[in-house]
Amino acid sequence: MSKAAELANLIGNINAGGGGVNRNVIINGAMKVAQRGTSSTGIGASGGFFTCDRWAIDVSGTDGRLTATQDSSAPSGFANSLKFDCTTADTSIASGEFLTIQHRIEGQNVQSFAKGTSDAKPFAVSFYVKGNASATYVAELYDNDNTRQISKTFNVTTDWTRVELTYPADTTGAFDDDNALSLYLIIWLHAGSTYTSGTLNSSSWASVTSANRAAGISSFFDSTDRTFFITGVQLEVGQNPTEFEHINNFGEELARCQRYYQVFTESGDTTFGNAVAYSGNVGYDGTQQIFPVEMRASPTRSTSGAWSVSDGLGNQFSITAYYGNNTKWGYQLGFGVSSGLTTGRFYNIRALSGSGSQLIFDSEL
Amino acid sequence: MNITSAQYRKDIVSNNIVSIQATIDGTEMSVPLDPDNRHYAEILKQVKEGTLTIKDAD
Repeated sequence: MSKAAELANLIGNINAGGGGVNRNVIINGAMKVAQRGTSSTGIGASGGFFTCDRWAIDVSGTDGRLTATQDSSAPSGFANSLKFDCTTADTSIASGEFLTIQHRIEGQNVQSFAKGTSDAKPFAVSFYVKGNASATYVAELYDNDNTRQISKTFNVTTDWTRVELTYPADTTGAFDDDNALSLYLIIWLHAGSTYTSGTLNSSSWASVTSANRAAGISSFFDSTDRTFFITGVQLEVGQNPTEFEHINNFGEELARCQRYYQVFTESGDTTFGNAVAYSGNVGYDGTQQIFPVEMRASPTRSTSGAWSVSDGLGNQFSITAYYGNNTKWGYQLGFGVSSGLTTGRFYNIRALSGSGSQLIFDSEL
Repeated sequence: MNITSAQYRKDIVSNNIVSIQATIDGTEMSVPLDPDNRHYAEILKQVKEGTLTIKDAD
């Protein structure tokens, strides 16, 4: 895009109520942050969050499988992309099957679109894509508060291509101003007739008709040769997509992601709290460990690897159960061991070196 | 979301129920009783549909 065209787009968006800094409501659009790891294999049986933060995979009914990777292939100015690599094909597509990439956005982060009002603003979506061969997929905006949607197709080639899509304003159905899920950006890569048998609803927002959501798409699972790369995803107020707004400070982008997901990994023998034994087999940390970033809601906690408690006197006990209470501000850990604690004695709660132990908090939408 | 077990957990100190210990997609998780938490919302949905029962706390 020429500088003159870029300036014209920006001015147009400012006139439409958008533009300026912090205009991109997508988090981790450049795929920089991957707290869960840089590669995940065998995806397809169930959905979830894999590799790049904030990017969910939703899948249903297919025998197709893929590997998701935070990849180093990227267009100029970017270092990363999210790559899908088909590892098991599925050419017999049942009606209800689908594979999508989803970005889920809180209602309080999309109030500037003034959706559902007479001042409603258009939505400008842009991103960069690449594949192993030509393909056509769909980018859908889905209003979760009012069950309304609009979809547009885009094309993938073997070279990095910038996609620019403009969706009209919607004067029906306001986004709730809260921390719950209001808006999805959904990339459809594979779908059965339930979602493809109609006419793509591409010109204006409408109440959801499933058959009109993904009509006209190729199937990512049609061959194990298939790949799909995406990065530089931006969603902004305005009638024209503008150049991707880079978050150059990695720490800032990480903090945005940590509102939804935080993982603490052992680095050598790592102490995660000090707990007092309430009995011979149960202890509890009376101090709340504060998160570096307030989370969206009280998170789900999980652990992995080997954990123990030790009393500094040479006594160490393997943890067999976890207790505790999580809030959006922090966590308290409780633990269970088989036996042997001394009531009233303090113990370190420790992730053991080399075990890959992690303490994970999930507050995704 | 495949939830294969769920049981209420009490706070060790207060003895109040503060979370649900659940196995979700094969991973043991501690789910807070927060309706904004997607795992708790899914647990409630499956309980309402009759496909999941939350065991009482020990």
